[in-house]
Amino acid sequence: MGAQTIFDLSQPGRGAGAQRPSPAAADDLPPELRRDAPPRLPQVSELQALRHYTNLSRANFSIDSQFYPLGSCTMKYNPRGAHRAASEPGFLARHPLAPASVSQGFLACLHDLQELLKDAAGMPAMSLTPMAGAQGEFAGVAMIRAWHDAQGDASRREILVPAGAHGTNPATAAMCGCTVREVAVRDHGDVDLDALKAAVGANTAGLMMTNPSTCGVFERRVTDIADIVHDAGGLLYYDGANLNAILGKAKPGDMGFDVLHFNLHKTFATPHGGGGPGAGPVGATARLAPFLPGPIVERTDDDYQWVEPAQSIGRLSAFMGNAGILLRALAYALMLGTEGERRVGEFATLNANYLAARLKDAGFDLAWPKRRASHEFIITLAALARRHGVTAMDFAKRLLDFGVHAPTTYFPLMVPECLLIEPTETECKEELDAFVAAMECILAEAKSDPETVRTAPHAMPVKRLDDVKAARELDLRWRPQ
Amino acid sequence: MPFIPHTDADTAAMLRAIGVADIEALFDEIPDRLRSAPSGTPRAGLSEMEMRRRFAERAAQDAMGPCFVGAGCYDHHIPAAVWDLASRGEFMTAYTPYQAEASQGTLQVIYEFQTMLCELTGMDACNASVYEGGAGLAEAVLMAVRANRKAARAGWPRTVPMAGAVHPLYVRATRSIVCNQGIDVPMLPYGEDGRVDLTALDGLAPPPVALVVQQPNFFGVLEDVDAIADWAAERGTLLVACVNPLSLALLKPPSAWGSVGANIVCGDGQPLGVPMASGGPSFGFLCSRQALVRQLPGRIVGRTEDARGEAGFTLTLQAREQHIRRAKATSNICTNQGLLVTAATIHMSLLGAAGLREVAAASCAKTRELVQALGRPRRFSAPCFHECVIDLGRPATPVVEALARDGLLGGLALGPYFAELAHCVLVCATERRTSAEIERFATALRGALSN
Repeated sequence: MGAQTIFDLSQPGRGAGAQRPSPAAADDLPPELRRDAPPRLPQVSELQALRHYTNLSRANFSIDSQFYPLGSCTMKYNPRGAHRAASEPGFLARHPLAPASVSQGFLACLHDLQELLKDAAGMPAMSLTPMAGAQGEFAGVAMIRAWHDAQGDASRREILVPAGAHGTNPATAAMCGCTVREVAVRDHGDVDLDALKAAVGANTAGLMMTNPSTCGVFERRVTDIADIVHDAGGLLYYDGANLNAILGKAKPGDMGFDVLHFNLHKTFATPHGGGGPGAGPVGATARLAPFLPGPIVERTDDDYQWVEPAQSIGRLSAFMGNAGILLRALAYALMLGTEGERRVGEFATLNANYLAARLKDAGFDLAWPKRRASHEFIITLAALARRHGVTAMDFAKRLLDFGVHAPTTYFPLMVPECLLIEPTETECKEELDAFVAAMECILAEAKSDPETVRTAPHAMPVKRLDDVKAARELDLRWRPQ
Repeated sequence: MPFIPHTDADTAAMLRAIGVADIEALFDEIPDRLRSAPSGTPRAGLSEMEMRRRFAERAAQDAMGPCFVGAGCYDHHIPAAVWDLASRGEFMTAYTPYQAEASQGTLQVIYEFQTMLCELTGMDACNASVYEGGAGLAEAVLMAVRANRKAARAGWPRTVPMAGAVHPLYVRATRSIVCNQGIDVPMLPYGEDGRVDLTALDGLAPPPVALVVQQPNFFGVLEDVDAIADWAAERGTLLVACVNPLSLALLKPPSAWGSVGANIVCGDGQPLGVPMASGGPSFGFLCSRQALVRQLPGRIVGRTEDARGEAGFTLTLQAREQHIRRAKATSNICTNQGLLVTAATIHMSLLGAAGLREVAAASCAKTRELVQALGRPRRFSAPCFHECVIDLGRPATPVVEALARDGLLGGLALGPYFAELAHCVLVCATERRTSAEIERFATALRGALSN
């Protein structure tokens, strides 16, 4: 590709003429506030731009083009029908500040989604506004903090997280002005209850965890964990990153959690967009409901209205979060129906356990061989790394040559040389079998020809990239030669 | 089971390979008392056709005539190619580009985006987006507090005043986010001209850690940014500039405000190819001077070389981010607004500097035509950009409601945001508004005001 940028295609005087409005003057703008020289944006024809970005798109892996077994990211099929439904002209043209009286169709959709998510969460209250999982986490921890403050207990500022928690958990706690303490995880992937008992105390604001955990297993003693935290005066936050595993099978509200977020871009199949947007609705038990971020849609006898919860932590965005993502999630949920929702968790789990069994038979080491996989599982290549000098990263890069996106590497941190693999429910058996075949092939290569694996990828637009150079010699923008 | 491909034979073969009798056995580690089913009446799954019909009906229910509201979300033309390209599965269904070799498309788009935003703002670095304007302003404030080492050394209070006419919803979002870190965000008054009155800060010692100003401000009014930037620079206060990126096709970039310019620039990218769509998804951007680049939150793309020495792109400076730095990260942001950045990059490529300038100028001209046609006095005397506050001489909310019933979004009533402006509306006419639509608004408003 040679990394020819759109700026390299630019020629003075060229442009996409059809996109220019009829010229108008803005003569009354004060001269001292005008810019001297125009920004150096590309000057290209419409066709040049179209071709450039079409070709760039082809340098990407995506769900639409490749299997994407990326653990903890739930890269399932994103139904095109949901995308089209959210792109109805009436929805795209709706101004965020249009009065509720002329927004009843939109508000009805949000209300329907609130109700669906309440049921999936097993919680009585829901706010749709957080714009991603991390913002949902922020809302949850801010609510926990606000609740303690409202009880007159402002000393509770410590958040507990199990070792191996997503990085967003400790980062969120810090952003909410809390400190973080890690709780050890035992050999089989469960939280160490003795360590938890020793960690809780008068400063405990709460515990953040996923279930199934980041170890890819269901935390069997979750209600004991909830009791320990609650007895110490803390609250429990459920990180919805792994909810796909139990959708329709179990509810966080029943496990003792007080507040949770969904990742709609995972569990409810909205597209990841090359990094976003997502949506991270937050659900709460009755005692935390008054602290939810606003606005929330309320149904009255006559119509739908926006309301702000009584002791709300406030707004987290100017308008209504990522409204278009909410519409896509609703469209997906409506197509699933109750039965379809239950089957999501079932077949996500079936696919993961099938892959785990096949890879184990092929000679790979499961991190927790005695546990049931949830919707994802971990293999460790530590032995392979020692013997052949081939790392998990090498394996991941080599998989790209086989037309498979790499699993998540080196997460969770406590498992050495690990790959976290999540096939999702929308992949067929043939695709899973092809993945196993690729893994077997790379395993054989690692033994016979480790150099090929160590220097992978070989079939991508670029070879392995120099991250050290990128960070040392910062080049963050194009400049004219 | 609309998207699950398994045949009965597949399922049976897979269960055999696992060594269990049925799928239920795979859930045997979940304690029985935690097993549950969806409550309430079962919902049958809808076909795509049925689902689309329901959405079409609801969308049609909200259909409105011409939009004369801006207030942070603008009805600009979007070239057809923008979303045809951005909706390609290779962009739309890709993950975050952590595997750089399999994500060169997304990474190069972000690098081009960073360049374009640096060109518009005059800054040296730009991240790969934050959620939107309000949450982005919160990130900018947090960044400024982290970055002002002089203030930290001297123990200045964590106070970041905002100009009185910063978007009130941005202010609310910022406060809800930064209050958790003990940062106080007081509002400065605005004057009769609609611009910030800095005299409230005179004599304040120590000076604020940072100061936030929006250009054009929420009232559409152009602030005296040179004086504000110099005021901040003289005191060691970092200046956070919240800007409409489209306006920068015409207006002085924040880097050139006063003698030294702004330190951090943020804003919402919606005017760059993103539909209004109830306000989201849009995207926020955050740019800074080189000296502050390690304080930027979120993802950043850098150009580097591959093992053959060929140019390529990768995420860089990741040691700032939550997945590496955990509790010490600059922010908890992970998922951002990547697809909207893709759309904006394509949009800016198609319009170029000249196209953006013409859109901005046409919007300014249309708004002047609108203000003239409405025949009501302007509330503020300072020059405005493509929005304007006009005084209706009576409570504005019922008037706006009446216009909405006529199928027209006739501006934003300001009473709910500024009690002293309860008779005022904020209006906007983008380049898309026709003279006929402006005349329709003027006629409807005359009708509403004569009742």
